[in-house]
Amino acid sequence: MIQQQGNRFFFNVDWITVLIYILLCIIGFANIYASIPHPDNSAAFDFSSSYGKQFIYVISGLVLGLSLLLFDGRLFNVFAPFIYGITLILLIAVLFIGRNVGGNQAWIPIGSFRLQPSEFAKFGTALLIARYVSTFSPKFRDFKSIFIVGIIVAAPLVLIMMQPDTGSALVFLAFMFPLYREGLSGYFLLIFLGMIVLFVADFLVPVSILIAIILTISGLFIYANKRKQKLIITTVFVTLIAIGYLFVVKIAYEKVLQQHQRNRIELMLGLKTDNKGAGYNVIQSQIAIGSGQATGRGFLQGTQTKYGYVPAQSTDFIFSTIGEEWGFLGCSVVIGLYIFLLLRLINLAERQRSTFSRVYGYSVACILFFHIFINIGMTIGIIPVIGIPLPFISYGGSSLWSFTILLFIFLKLDSNRMGFI
Amino acid sequence: MEQLFNRKYIIQGLFIVIAIILLAKLFYIQIISDKAFVAAESNVLKKKFKYPARGAILDRKMRVIVQNEPVYDLMVIPNEVKSFDTLALANALDISVDDIRKNMRKARLKSNYQSTPFSKQISVQSYARLQEIMYRFPGFSTQDRTIRHYPDSVGGQLFGYVKEVNQDDIDKSDGYYRSGDYIGKSGLERSYEEFLRGEKGVVNTVYDAKNIPQGSYADGKYDINAISGERLISGIDIQVQKLGEELMTNKVGAVVAIEPSSGEILAMISSPGYDPNLLVGKSQGNNYMDLIGNPYRPSMVRPIQGYYPPGSSFKPIDALIGLQEGVIDPNMTFNCPGYYMAGNHKVKCEHVDGNISMRRGIARSCNTYFCHVFQKLITKNGMKNQRQTYQDWRDKVAKFGFGSKLDIDLPFEKKGYFYNADHYDKIYGKRWGYTTVISQAIGQGEITATPLQIANAMAIIANRGYYIRPHLIKAMGDKLLVKKEYVTKNYVGVDEKYFEPVIDGMQEAVNSAWGTAVLSRIPDIIMCGKTGTVQNSRGKNHSVFIGFAPRDNPKIAIAVIVENAGFGSTYAAPIASYMVEKYLNGAVSGNRVAQVEWMKNQNLLPLLIDKSKKLKLTKADSLIIRKTDSLKRINDSLRLKAATAKRPISAQLVKKPTITIKSDPNKK
Ligand SMILES: [Zn+2]
Repeated sequence: MIQQQGNRFFFNVDWITVLIYILLCIIGFANIYASIPHPDNSAAFDFSSSYGKQFIYVISGLVLGLSLLLFDGRLFNVFAPFIYGITLILLIAVLFIGRNVGGNQAWIPIGSFRLQPSEFAKFGTALLIARYVSTFSPKFRDFKSIFIVGIIVAAPLVLIMMQPDTGSALVFLAFMFPLYREGLSGYFLLIFLGMIVLFVADFLVPVSILIAIILTISGLFIYANKRKQKLIITTVFVTLIAIGYLFVVKIAYEKVLQQHQRNRIELMLGLKTDNKGAGYNVIQSQIAIGSGQATGRGFLQGTQTKYGYVPAQSTDFIFSTIGEEWGFLGCSVVIGLYIFLLLRLINLAERQRSTFSRVYGYSVACILFFHIFINIGMTIGIIPVIGIPLPFISYGGSSLWSFTILLFIFLKLDSNRMGFI
Repeated sequence: MEQLFNRKYIIQGLFIVIAIILLAKLFYIQIISDKAFVAAESNVLKKKFKYPARGAILDRKMRVIVQNEPVYDLMVIPNEVKSFDTLALANALDISVDDIRKNMRKARLKSNYQSTPFSKQISVQSYARLQEIMYRFPGFSTQDRTIRHYPDSVGGQLFGYVKEVNQDDIDKSDGYYRSGDYIGKSGLERSYEEFLRGEKGVVNTVYDAKNIPQGSYADGKYDINAISGERLISGIDIQVQKLGEELMTNKVGAVVAIEPSSGEILAMISSPGYDPNLLVGKSQGNNYMDLIGNPYRPSMVRPIQGYYPPGSSFKPIDALIGLQEGVIDPNMTFNCPGYYMAGNHKVKCEHVDGNISMRRGIARSCNTYFCHVFQKLITKNGMKNQRQTYQDWRDKVAKFGFGSKLDIDLPFEKKGYFYNADHYDKIYGKRWGYTTVISQAIGQGEITATPLQIANAMAIIANRGYYIRPHLIKAMGDKLLVKKEYVTKNYVGVDEKYFEPVIDGMQEAVNSAWGTAVLSRIPDIIMCGKTGTVQNSRGKNHSVFIGFAPRDNPKIAIAVIVENAGFGSTYAAPIASYMVEKYLNGAVSGNRVAQVEWMKNQNLLPLLIDKSKKLKLTKADSLIIRKTDSLKRINDSLRLKAATAKRPISAQLVKKPTITIKSDPNKK
């Protein structure tokens, strides 16, 4: 405890994670710089441009992150319900006083800065779940505990859906993984996976064939387990639910989803091609990434990037700039850094003595994972267009700061891992 | 119960699996497939082709006969057009607002995203007006290209025409042609397409997503400059060609003049002809249909496609082969009672010549004499071997270029009919002999030849025994390349010494009082020639003249055929003599000037009884054809008789010393 004397606040901080964080921010800044046109006679550094602003966001983000390390980690545990409450209030407020941007009521303007409550709701929720799990040690074998965490997750999720911002809402599904780690049955994950598979299959295969397949599988399963009556009943039950789900999906798809969302799903599933409308972004993004080939065109040399062929290039589609200018090599480095970060966060979470820190750490890793997977998957066309940012890289202060807060709170908790929170 | 911390591996494993899926897809689109790369290039890169000017064609004295004229097209990319001031554009183009809308619709039908012609060949004034206001019409652009121009308006069938490629041309070109390119469709434009077309250039320009040009791609590294087509120098003497076309006005027929020593074609006239400027630019399509529909078939290239019996112009060849075979000598005489009896078939002679030898036989074109020569040629190996002897004779005549193509540098040449012995076997079995095919002796009957073949035969006689394949282009490009086949001498197997007696006869035909072409004597030039009157089963006989001049060291060999014009001496011979004089002396002299004018005004177009009512002759000034009614025809023939009778006197009354056909190619 000698080091604590001169360096008390930063003691035990995982600097490797901080280093990866800084690297990703630099990659983000460089690619935002590349994705706007640079006339030959432009001024050396323009603070009013997007890269200039991002520079400020990165610096202030780093300052914000480091200053979070100055807090006492226990405060986050104590104030978890309070922070969660504030984010819920903000989410409700944004529905009334928010600025409507691109059809989503997602922003609260504060001076020249635009606050996006859905970003902050992520760590608010993460904190409260960590608090709940660490306080009551539920094993999620009973209905009550599942119901309670369900409410904690669903409240912000539903509010965000009302903006409507489906992309940000989807990220809340990431909390399944920390709960799974804490004891939630693996069947939840399997059911979730099954729902996705059936959802996709529902569009690609006629319902009659799907039902036939489901019935065949369950029939074979029952035949194989004909002595186990209980299992047979469960199987019949699951089969009926699955078939019902197919119809619910069809109806919900037609009645609940909006046209642009349906378009995106159909484009992703290849049911529709559209080179100019909703499919334009994805096609142009894939063209840009694909044209990078093995080593890319080089910094500032991407033609698709330079000449504005990919819309939203510095925000949601920033990965297309990386793909075009740095090629497969650059993409691998970025994905490699992310995976290294995610695996490290899980390892860090596992070394916590405190349940609160562990649950929170898992939440951070899984939220980041959802963002990374959905965002990159979207830019290369394996996931429908869902507008969520790429952590630490996409342009924008609100998302960068919220990811920074998310991450640095965990780093602070981790530095206190020797003590109990 | 399972250890919950083991679930860490499931979660971490999921992260890794997802990362591998992402990387796999990236590997596919970035490294395996190059579709995205190609698409990216086509996103930003727009290729604009630069069309080279086609090569010019010069005459033998380096005067321009085919050149290029710049024209401007207004192009449009329909989906880049914003709402614009239709009236201003209509005013600039001198068209109506309705036309603007109509053109716009047409362009949209063709393509929304590609540059499509909006208004073709706009005037220079419109072009100038447009340049000032172009910025007000986004989506529009002007494109300049060149079209052919023929300062002398002659030689339509020789040069052919240039037209936008069709799908067939594109398919056959191994990727050279693209839609919108031009290609030589007929004539020299077609046969020398590869020299004339030049090489297309490409400018690669980078465009941003809003389709605003962002400058050159890769600093112009992949740009290609257009290279103009190669220049062709033709053997044509444009002044002689022009005089020939004027002389052949309102006549159906052909003229071919060859420089014997080189095989270069000096003039080649197909009548009726047309102004090649008609098959250029905007009204090309309509004019082309008019030409095709014209009953006088001006689209036919008679010098290489017209079939005529060579007639008595065939007789010198009989004589030459007779001498070479030793069946006759120049002094041998035959008796002409005014006919020749081939078995019980009578071949008439125009005159009663009495005992006649070769020189006079040729000069007087005595049918009897040549029937005797033919008889001797075919029966020289005995009556039983006539079939084989005929075949030998036929092969010897074929060496003069009959019965096969001469491979002139024009497309669609025909070869004429000149039958082998098998042909007669099929008709007569084995029972045929010289009497059966006696009409061959005087170039009638089953033998037909193109005017080119006939003129070439004359070049052979002028050369005393060989020819060089006749050709229109004597040198290609700056290096003055000549095709090898156009410098090789082709010997016909008759010794030089046998030519003089034949030439003597041909000299007399033109230059002695009893010659058939004596009216066509040229002052101070010894022309050797031969008239012919070719029987025409479908109407009046064709008038034919063949000849060369001067006798020693000949510079020009010529064949003239005027259809349905009667005796060779009346039309064909004078026309030949004027052209020869023009070529050798630069001008027609003395009282012959008036004769030239007289000849130009003769209308010998055959009546088209059936078709004349349907005949639609648009642009009467452009086609050299005039519709004639029967009354005028009668008047013409009356005047013709009168004029022929007193031509020398009437010609003297005209006081103009010489006439130079307006010939400056630079003046329009
Ligand atoms: Zn006679």
